[in-house]
Amino acid sequence: MATVELSGKPCVVNPLKMSQPLGAATAFMGLDGSMPMLHAAQGCTAFALVLLVRHFREAVPLQTTAMNEVTTILGGFDNLEQAVLNVAERAHPKVIGICSNGLTEARGEDIGGDLKLIARRHPELAGTVLIHAATPDYKGGFEDGWGTAVTAVVDALVEPLPGRNPRQINILAGSHLTPADLEEIRDTAEAFGLVPIILPDLAGSLDGHVADEYVPTTLGGTRLEDIRRMGRSVATFAFGLHVEGAARLIEARSGVPVEAFPRLTGLCPWDDFVAALARLSGRPVPPAIRRRRSQLVDAMLDGHFYFGGKKIAIAAEPDLLLGVSQFLADMGATVACAVAATQSPALALVPAPKVIVGDLDDLERNAADCDLIVSHSHGARIAERLGIPFFRAGFPLFDRLGAAHRISVGYRGTRDLIFEIGNLFLANEGGHGSRDRQGGSHAALADH
Amino acid sequence: MLRNVQTLFEEPACDRNRAKGDKQRRKGCSTPLTPGAAAGGCAFDGAKIVLQPITDAAHLVHGPIACEGNSWDSRHALSSGPQLYRTGFTTDLNEMDVIYGGEKRLYRAIKEIVVRFDPPAVFVYQTCVTAMIGDDIVKVCEVASERLGRPVIPVNAPGFVGKKNLGTKLAGEVLLDHVIGREEPAATTPADINLLGEYNVAGDLWNVKPLFARLGIRILAAITGDARFHEIATAHRARLNMMVCSQALINLARKMEERWGIPYFEGSFYGVPDTGRSLRTIARMLVERGAPADLIARTEALIAEEEARVAAELAPILPRLKGKRVLLYTGGVKSWSVISALQDAGMIVIGTSVRKSTEDDKQRAGALMGEAGNLFETLPQREMYRMLKAGEAGIMLSGGRTQFVALKAKTPWVDINQERHRAYAGYEGAITLVREIDKALSSPIWRQVRAPAPWEA
Repeated sequence: MATVELSGKPCVVNPLKMSQPLGAATAFMGLDGSMPMLHAAQGCTAFALVLLVRHFREAVPLQTTAMNEVTTILGGFDNLEQAVLNVAERAHPKVIGICSNGLTEARGEDIGGDLKLIARRHPELAGTVLIHAATPDYKGGFEDGWGTAVTAVVDALVEPLPGRNPRQINILAGSHLTPADLEEIRDTAEAFGLVPIILPDLAGSLDGHVADEYVPTTLGGTRLEDIRRMGRSVATFAFGLHVEGAARLIEARSGVPVEAFPRLTGLCPWDDFVAALARLSGRPVPPAIRRRRSQLVDAMLDGHFYFGGKKIAIAAEPDLLLGVSQFLADMGATVACAVAATQSPALALVPAPKVIVGDLDDLERNAADCDLIVSHSHGARIAERLGIPFFRAGFPLFDRLGAAHRISVGYRGTRDLIFEIGNLFLANEGGHGSRDRQGGSHAALADH
Repeated sequence: MLRNVQTLFEEPACDRNRAKGDKQRRKGCSTPLTPGAAAGGCAFDGAKIVLQPITDAAHLVHGPIACEGNSWDSRHALSSGPQLYRTGFTTDLNEMDVIYGGEKRLYRAIKEIVVRFDPPAVFVYQTCVTAMIGDDIVKVCEVASERLGRPVIPVNAPGFVGKKNLGTKLAGEVLLDHVIGREEPAATTPADINLLGEYNVAGDLWNVKPLFARLGIRILAAITGDARFHEIATAHRARLNMMVCSQALINLARKMEERWGIPYFEGSFYGVPDTGRSLRTIARMLVERGAPADLIARTEALIAEEEARVAAELAPILPRLKGKRVLLYTGGVKSWSVISALQDAGMIVIGTSVRKSTEDDKQRAGALMGEAGNLFETLPQREMYRMLKAGEAGIMLSGGRTQFVALKAKTPWVDINQERHRAYAGYEGAITLVREIDKALSSPIWRQVRAPAPWEA
């Protein structure tokens, strides 16, 4: 629907985009017993850590190969080898997810080959899976890095398996889904007696739980043995265009059919998901889910007054942009300004006349007459400058509690989202309060 | 740049270097980082920490998105006026730039910033990728300065040359080469000082500024906190430099003494004892250099008044803190100066990290804590967690990255690093720190969250 336009400025002003390696590392955090590692200078890891810790409010495992000037010239093999060995010895991870970056990619490191050689040289690494995601930060963004990492995990672990487990389904989760969203997806699938394997599963690792002991790697997340069994599932749900490639790879390898869902927020997309679960399980939709659907329908009836005719400005990663825009359009609002962090096939589907691939400055320059601004936390200052209500969505959310527990998928998530955004509109509607005040002043004038 | 890095390693005023022989010193002090077990920021990070609080300047990062995209506007170095420094500018290098070079894009980016935002200066930061592909930012900045008619200053501190500490020193060199001394102040007084390494995190600077105002001492430049470009440019006319953040800018202090005869000393505004000591030293050194002699008496009067005020404010709180055990995990100046602040409040410091500290810092910290305290070169998170879980310390003071080690061990925690939202400097800051510790320790949640669920008891 939308035409895609490149911002085209030589200088990015107030970045919207987060880097590919950061997205890949975050995806690796959805594996159990995992230690993500950036094959880069140590500062890259420090910056990424600070950002992740501020967002999740959790201790986050992330290591570095600590490249320096000399190793950049001579090659990063020794650093990579030493880093893998150090991490394996100190943290005993089940998997190390190695994300390259601009430095190591531009100098043309053969990281895949290096890792094979390292594994061969060191039998002590037999219990540790090494997975490489090629994620130069001069290309793509957070979503792309996430997608690359998920594909790399599938490529490394999913095997062609004979036969199907009629109860087992695969769920490939995009980076726009929070741990709470994943819980909703899991609960819904389980309500049909299905056993979902969610990859990556941040709901297991970064949902904010308190463990009884110190663990240097991730604690919780998708178990490697479950990933190895994905080839036996009856379907793979790809939630987000950026994980569809990984779903296609499972299909190619083991013939598991793909059910692609670019979005899960809103009545119709969740209806489709529920219908698919009913079909796959052969069970009727449970009463509790029917009840929730009815609650959402009611919320739409109650809420649509406040969405109709509203103009919205959104800046986000492509799949999130698509989901939020479509939801708001479904409620009767108009997406007047859409800015995407990076290029993606999702952009053409956004219900707006055009999508700018750009930065928060592009948002600021095009949002002046909008009723609501939606973006990650860095957009708060822009909304403040423009005096427009602000709704936070995406990564990072560092100025609010509970980023992991915000839910926007499913009947319940959509219902709550309608209330949350609707209340923002309602609070700025004027309504009785302001008219009363106005009336009051007229009355005061009349008295004089 | 390599030459620049080498001279920094040979810094004669650095106390680590003073202990070395000539030959050893030339070897440099670039302790290699351990791959797979490293933590902490890079040289680019350090350079930006020092320069970014020049609030009216534009700070443009020449590199791929990660360097600025993942880090912009994340430090709470506050400004009382201009906000331009909080705007994230980056060339966001793409694949074509990596292949063909990013110099043209960089020039166009500088031009766009100058046209749209009209800053008094633009700082351009080199990063690993642009350094590797050989973009000559010095040349681009030179051309841009000439054509655009304002200082465009190259900051050649790509992350891979070293740690944060090296970056802060490289930024000091940038200030010497391009900023300090390029303008004259409208007027000078015999009581003009600079604060080196005071970044105004959470408003620290604003806690000490009123003290100086009461004494008639003028902060000519805080290098750099709540700073303006033109203010830093006149810093060479100060009578005295105080190094606030340990040795981050020791090279700058020494070279300012060499070039302009400005003496310097190292002090701290954390805690009542050190704030007093620093004020006394400033007064004494200013008087030695010609400030009115009564400054010393007035300083004593101010210290006495403030100390009495702090004592009165804290009297009802201190009994709750008395004898409580603290684990301190921070670096540099804070490793000792916060210890004395905590001891002054009646607390026991069981250990402090010294991984980012100088020899001098370590000695001071060790002397303060006595035998009971540990100096940790490294404290693995696993061990930190164990200590807290075992109750060896009742509270931890550290930075954001170790916050959750404490919280997961269900231990009170107070932020004393750069992400904090409270100012801890000066007398007002000493009160704030004690209040924060008290708030953390006496929160009613600890009893609740530590108790097992009824069915587990």
